[in-house]
Amino acid sequence: MNFPILTAIMLAPVAGLLLILLIPEREQLTIKITAAAATFVSLVLAVLAYVQYDHARGGLQFLQDISWVPGFGINYSVGVDGISMPLVLLTAIVIFTGVFASWDMTQRVKEFFIFLLMLVTGVFGVFISRDLFFFYLFFEVAVIPMYLLIGIWGSTRKEYAAMKLTLYLLVGSAFALIGIIALFLYASQQLGYATFDIQTLATVKYDLGFQKFVFFLMLIGFGVLVPIWPLHLWSPDGHVAAPTAVSMLHAGVLMKLGAYGLIRAGVFLFPEGAKFWAPLIAVLCIVNVVYGAMIAMVQRDLKFVIGYSSVSHMGYVLLGIASLNILGLDGAVSQMFAHGIMTALFFALVGNIYHKAHTREIASFGGLAHQMPRVAAGFLIGGLASLGLPGLNNFVAEFLIFMGSFTRDQALFGGILPFRILSILAISGIVITATYILRVVMKTFFGPRKPEWDHLEDARGVEMVPVVVLIATLLLFGLLPSLQIDMINNGITPLVAKVEAAKAIGGIF
Amino acid sequence: MINHAWLIPVFPALAFPIIIFLTRRVRPLSALVGIAAIGASFVMAVGVLREVLLNGVTMAHPVEYASTWLGIPGLLKIEAGVLIDPLAAVMLLVVTLVALLVEIYSVGYMHGDPGFSTFFGYLSLFSASMLGLVLANNYFMIFFFWELVGLCSYLLIGFYYHKQSAARAGLKAFVTNRVADFGFMLGFFFLFAIFGTFNFRELAAAIPSYQNTGFLALAAALVFIGPIGKSAQFPLHVWLPDAMEGPTPVSALIHAATMVAAGVYLLARAFVLFASLPGIMLLVAYVGGFTALFAATIAITQRDIKRILAYSTISQLGYMVMAMGIGSMTAGMFHLMTHAFFKALLFLGAGSVIHALEEQDIFRMGGLYKDMKVTVSTFVIAALALAGVPPLAGFWSKDEILAGAFDHGFTGLYIIGTLVAFLTAFYMFRLIFVAFFGDRRAGLHAHESPLTMTVPLVILAVLSVVSGFVGAPFVSHGFSSFVYYGEPHHIEPNYGVMLLSTIVALAGIGLAWLLYGRPSDVPARLAERYRSIYKLLVNKYYIDEVYLWLFHRVGLGLAEAFNWHDRHVVDGVFDGVGDVTRLSGHKLRLLQTGNLQTYALVIFTAVVIIALWMAAPVLGGVIQ
Amino acid sequence: MITLNHYLAVGGLLFCIGLFGALAKRNAIAVLMGIELMLNAVNINLVAFNHFLAPDQVTGQIFAIFVIVVAAAEVAVGLALVLNIYRRRLDSNIDDLDWLKW
Repeated sequence: MNFPILTAIMLAPVAGLLLILLIPEREQLTIKITAAAATFVSLVLAVLAYVQYDHARGGLQFLQDISWVPGFGINYSVGVDGISMPLVLLTAIVIFTGVFASWDMTQRVKEFFIFLLMLVTGVFGVFISRDLFFFYLFFEVAVIPMYLLIGIWGSTRKEYAAMKLTLYLLVGSAFALIGIIALFLYASQQLGYATFDIQTLATVKYDLGFQKFVFFLMLIGFGVLVPIWPLHLWSPDGHVAAPTAVSMLHAGVLMKLGAYGLIRAGVFLFPEGAKFWAPLIAVLCIVNVVYGAMIAMVQRDLKFVIGYSSVSHMGYVLLGIASLNILGLDGAVSQMFAHGIMTALFFALVGNIYHKAHTREIASFGGLAHQMPRVAAGFLIGGLASLGLPGLNNFVAEFLIFMGSFTRDQALFGGILPFRILSILAISGIVITATYILRVVMKTFFGPRKPEWDHLEDARGVEMVPVVVLIATLLLFGLLPSLQIDMINNGITPLVAKVEAAKAIGGIF
Repeated sequence: MINHAWLIPVFPALAFPIIIFLTRRVRPLSALVGIAAIGASFVMAVGVLREVLLNGVTMAHPVEYASTWLGIPGLLKIEAGVLIDPLAAVMLLVVTLVALLVEIYSVGYMHGDPGFSTFFGYLSLFSASMLGLVLANNYFMIFFFWELVGLCSYLLIGFYYHKQSAARAGLKAFVTNRVADFGFMLGFFFLFAIFGTFNFRELAAAIPSYQNTGFLALAAALVFIGPIGKSAQFPLHVWLPDAMEGPTPVSALIHAATMVAAGVYLLARAFVLFASLPGIMLLVAYVGGFTALFAATIAITQRDIKRILAYSTISQLGYMVMAMGIGSMTAGMFHLMTHAFFKALLFLGAGSVIHALEEQDIFRMGGLYKDMKVTVSTFVIAALALAGVPPLAGFWSKDEILAGAFDHGFTGLYIIGTLVAFLTAFYMFRLIFVAFFGDRRAGLHAHESPLTMTVPLVILAVLSVVSGFVGAPFVSHGFSSFVYYGEPHHIEPNYGVMLLSTIVALAGIGLAWLLYGRPSDVPARLAERYRSIYKLLVNKYYIDEVYLWLFHRVGLGLAEAFNWHDRHVVDGVFDGVGDVTRLSGHKLRLLQTGNLQTYALVIFTAVVIIALWMAAPVLGGVIQ
Repeated sequence: MITLNHYLAVGGLLFCIGLFGALAKRNAIAVLMGIELMLNAVNINLVAFNHFLAPDQVTGQIFAIFVIVVAAAEVAVGLALVLNIYRRRLDSNIDDLDWLKW
């Protein structure tokens, strides 16, 4: 593989960005088409890489290394394995559909798409980096444009939300940075040379106290992004304030950066630390799942419902991570993908409604299925995915997570609370999810026709691109899950082998 | 044919996208695609049944084949497989036949509805899911399709989505079933945790030798929650009466004949699990028996024709569950089959009436037999079958359950069953006497329905008469030597039980005639006299109210509390951190006076202090 | 005989006068003059040290010249600023020049 496909995936948006810089502001359509074309290139390349990934060989593939700061062992080195490949694909799909979902953008179009493409470059960079330094660098690249995108193009308390989000994320990444520096110093002392290469760092034996300490830093640093309760509040506020495409990327991809970081820089590097903190993650994930879902039930703004549902669903990812076995982690990665697609679909549709109706107040809607049957159908399918209906990707993911956590044989709190009880509590979330999501569907789309919404037009033309692409993705991986799970399993197996080889230690509880 | 049995659900599964995406605008074509698909499935199902009979496929020697749908080496193997035994073969036939007839009927019933094509699409999706459920060879797959039939039920109950009540009923059905599915899912998770497989036959081989019955009983009890929801057993029965908001053919197909019977079918499939646990079997039997009685008592006071039938369905499903619980899988499946025919017929007949009158209250009908001869006569046949009048189908199947209860020594359940038989006969003929006989009400213009609707009625009527004979006790090699658990057995006719149940059924009909056969004020006076009991029954024991209270006060109250907590406590803490930072900045900035000379003084002082501090060792040296 | 100590005493005195002027005067021109005094105090010290401690080298004198140059530049900039402020505000009272505050 000589063609640097991963770098190309990442640089395609950069190329688009540079082209857009040259296009005058008034050529709005040209700008949008350029953005769409750039992200389409990324999407095609990502699909190509996904298909070409060699399952038999496994491990990291499509490698590329460029030395950057040799003195500190910093290299621009990229590669993907079974964990990051689906997430690269996810990012490519979400940004591609996100560009179409912002087709009706009219305010400062040029800057909007420049920042959007900058943001996605950072996200791609995180997922493909094998070098911890670049990992962190791209991570920051992804956070900063978010502030501007929400602060300038947002709605509903946008300055507050943008500031809140940025502060949360930066504080989180400060924790992660401390962890990374500690890790770097410890490892370079052990190895005798400096390196940021994750694979090399993983070969170092870290002592237990260090593992506990640094894993905790990573847990907070990346946990903010997941978002783990009680560090989740940036996300509902951020979702609500952000413009459509940013919400899509934000909930669809940005949250996954956290979970990915937790797996890659947490569990993979510090298996014993992970074992120590796993019970805490498990307990917090129950709060995420149940509490998040309950709160979603009483929201009055459509976007808040979706925002809290993301909190709830990402709780499942945490449950999968906390179970620290193959099934659970397979499910966690699969859930990241599935939730990303599903929530992007939701935000695309809510954005569509908001753009036409200028409100997201659930109580003011009703009977929208009469005026917008396609939107209603799309939203219902998103809802069904969200409640874990078989045949859609989320079901496979949640099922694996449940299986993983359910088969974990561990007793917490001195043996009185089996892990299984926690997973049963988390599984009860499927009932609450079904309740709130179908209530929202009912209140928004069903019921008698309301004449005041007769001016709303159904989604059509380019507006349907995100809906179709995202639903097709959900169906594809829902009906043929082995396309996805085989890939993920390829990446998870060595990771879990490492966890299992690690010294058995009791958890925090 | 058996080797291609996997195609049976594929036909309707293909019909769904074809109808939704291609033929939606051409209505007759949509109906044609739907009917052709289910017709093909029906033909295949007949072929499968024929081969099962001829090739000696028995319960002990089924045909099974599978391919891996999702596998994680060494940990998990989820198969997409087909398990054909007599149980599945019978069920395939029932489902495809009823679905075919209902789709033909719907051509007439849904004529002129704006959602005509969509309706056929949903029906096709439902048929595909239901057939997939029947063919499933493992718990995972059955759960997969179990959820999908639930989805179709949701979509079809809420088919008239412009009606708030229909949308609510759909939501209620889905959420209630979700509660049950939660239990079911945990149940087979436990089984997987113990045995490491989902496959029915592998489990059947492993379960008898498993020692830790406490754990197994937990798994079985959890699995049983699934049927409690899907087959509308107490206390999760509340969704089924509301599900009557859907179009009537849907009520006939999904909420009477097939989907609600899926719970019973699951019990039959998982019979090995239950058979080894007497305690759980007793629980199953009593849940079924209680539901049968409970729903029958509600049915006698209802006024809506579809609701009466809905409660009747719950009651009959209770019978089937009870049959499973007393260990007679044969009787349960037999009753499932006959019930599918005559209850579908009852619903389709009711649909025919509703189609003609656009009225569902039986007390505003009357004298319909003069105008709707086919509908009324088939309806009466079905009602006789349901009431258990010999020699119609319901008599044989119900009798087998009662005889089973009696023979196995469940006297209490036997008495309950007989009482339910009486109530069943009574409420059905109350409906018939009030709605179909007596005088025509003013303002009602009944007319017979078109052929597409009456032909299915006639076919089902024939089946309601004859389908009982396959399992009649004097038929050798009948149903009981075909679908069974353990060893094929032959139930000896128990003439005492037969006689009593016949008498009871006739007594019920007689009482209905006495009270409702001619104009009288007796019912009204009875209702007045036992006012509290009557109100309790009319209001369905207030169970809906209790659930609503629980949901709105407890559930939503808790949710509001969480929301408040999140917004004020959690957010308060973090916003508080921000506020403290801002406030301290606000105070600290006062140090910056802006006066240059002050700054200079501070700088100079600092320089002096630092210089002294740095020079301290030298100075110290000088002093010493 | 005038010793190093005498020079240092003059330098210290000058510095203190300059410091007082720089910190206490209200007029911006006077402040600048104070600063000039302080710089010249330093110059005296530098030259004196050079003369008494390392007479064969000229390091101190070069330093002094540097300081004079910098002081000249500083006075130029400072006076320009003061002049500008005076033109716009008709005021050179340093207490009023606190707009940098917040």
